[in-house]
Amino acid sequence: MSTEIINATVKQAPKKKVSILKTMKKYWMFYIMMLPAILILLLNNYIPMFGIIIAFKNINYVDGILGSPWSKFENFKYLFMTKDALIITRNTLLYNSSFIVLNLVFPLTFAILLNEIKNRFLAKFYQTVMFLPYFLSMVVISYLAYAFLSDTNGYINNSLLPMLDIEAIKWYFTKDFWPYILSMVNTWKNMGYYTVIYMAAIIGIDEEYYEAATIDGASKFKQIFTITIPLLTPIITIMTLLQVGRIFNADFGLFFQVPRESGVLFPVTNVIDTYVYRTFLTVGDIGLSSAAGLVQSVVGFSLVFLSNWIVRKIDSDNALF
Amino acid sequence: MNAQIEKVTTQANPKNRLPKLATFGIHSMFTVYSLLCIIPIILVIMVSITDEGAIVREGYSFWPSVFSFDAYEFLFKDATSIVRAYSISIIVTVVGTCLSMIIIALYAYPISRKDFPHAKFFTFFVFFTMLFNGGLVPWYLVYVQMLDLKNTMAALIIPLLVAAFFVLITRTFFQTTIPAAILESANMDGAGEMRIFFQIVLPLSLPVLATVALFQTLAYWNDWFLSLVFITKEDNITLQYLMYKTMLNIQYLSTNSTAASAIIAAGGTFKFPSESVRMAMVIIGIGPIIFAYPFFQKYFVKGLTVGAVKG
Repeated sequence: MSTEIINATVKQAPKKKVSILKTMKKYWMFYIMMLPAILILLLNNYIPMFGIIIAFKNINYVDGILGSPWSKFENFKYLFMTKDALIITRNTLLYNSSFIVLNLVFPLTFAILLNEIKNRFLAKFYQTVMFLPYFLSMVVISYLAYAFLSDTNGYINNSLLPMLDIEAIKWYFTKDFWPYILSMVNTWKNMGYYTVIYMAAIIGIDEEYYEAATIDGASKFKQIFTITIPLLTPIITIMTLLQVGRIFNADFGLFFQVPRESGVLFPVTNVIDTYVYRTFLTVGDIGLSSAAGLVQSVVGFSLVFLSNWIVRKIDSDNALF
Repeated sequence: MNAQIEKVTTQANPKNRLPKLATFGIHSMFTVYSLLCIIPIILVIMVSITDEGAIVREGYSFWPSVFSFDAYEFLFKDATSIVRAYSISIIVTVVGTCLSMIIIALYAYPISRKDFPHAKFFTFFVFFTMLFNGGLVPWYLVYVQMLDLKNTMAALIIPLLVAAFFVLITRTFFQTTIPAAILESANMDGAGEMRIFFQIVLPLSLPVLATVALFQTLAYWNDWFLSLVFITKEDNITLQYLMYKTMLNIQYLSTNSTAASAIIAAGGTFKFPSESVRMAMVIIGIGPIIFAYPFFQKYFVKGLTVGAVKG
């Protein structure tokens, strides 16, 4: 079937594009192999990209997406007039910035220390156990958090706080703690993943550097800061760059599941992703949510390019593209 | 003799060893952190085998005063919704992972070939999806209005099939580990591209395929977002989504249990160990993952490091 379609286009296409046609003829099998993925990418990624026009329209279901009247920037005006716009942007940026730092500092330290453990069995054991949280879904993690934080039955309120003679805290109704709780949960979940990545890079470093440094009398600390970290710069840059590019995209699960949708906590737990979800599927406001979604996509896209451009200026080898 | 020299040069200089105290410090730090990773799960396990009355009296604890397996008994004896959710999760995970692995490999192979003139374009075609997206609203409308897939299992499978990151990892693996000479000689012997792919490329690529399979299994098994967005009816509820619903509403399980509703319909009161059942369900939910992941570990680092995203 697919061969026929391709052959048909080969016959019909104008003569000018002969070089493309020649490759298509020679590599026709490749196109068939790629076809399923191309179809899915079109459906799942490319058609929705054209759907961004929804943000500039006043959608009603009678006229459909294309037939609805244009509203120009009404949706955006409305969005930026709400109090939420500032809160969700601030939350997303602050949380993600702190996550980038935490996901670098702790896993890198852990990887360097793990590499110093000469007992391979124990090192492997630590690594395996540290990886466990990464494999749990956010639903499960919200249960784990709930087991500790629950007002009535939670371990902290029932066992820890009475021991310290502190009164029970209504965790799911107290805003102050959540920036720390969410940062902790995020670090806890991702520690294993990033540690493995940095660990693999450290193992790849040639042992001879350390040999030479030892002979020259360099201390362990000196070796870490003059050999290990400089040689890890490429991987550190790539990992950070990937996260900076996604600084506008919050981890939906973390902010949606772990606080258990407690409305009191929204000022510190609502991020762009949860806002888009709630305004769209709970409130049903297509215009507002698609406007917020578009702002998120465009700013995120620009940030990837900006950060990549900066890295390329400094050291072109480390740039992502 | 030779081997011994090699051993001496590759082994770390004894002078470069850490002092005993520092080693001890590192070990204790990692021991504490490892415990931090396991303790929450242990707490949930203990709660799941605690007597319901003990939970009400003392809250969740690591060593309950009264043990009870009521929760598991309830789950295994009568929980139509859990059995159904479990089987839907398994179907989605198995079908999704297999399809995804095949589709990703089929796409990654052509773009890994340096002689294929359009490789660059198609690499960008997949890479671009990592950089830009249309947002939740248009994406949702494509699945619900254009394809009419609301409440179907397809809506739980299709969105995760082609993960750009793994396409690029697989491509890099093909490029770096499969010698072009082998492909060329196979080609000269008259083997078609399909045959080369299935008989030469795939058998040489087991590590990266295992990595993709592992991550996709995880993605499908742990997914609740697609259910949250696309599933509004009672059928096609996955285990994760069931857990999510139970989290918000403890009674969700008991209202869906046939035995419970039969008892209530007959005018009796059904004693439902809701607190421990919730936690027991979590344990049953993470069980397969915990048992599966140590086996995949050896492929993990290999797969992660072999394919930098750089393209």
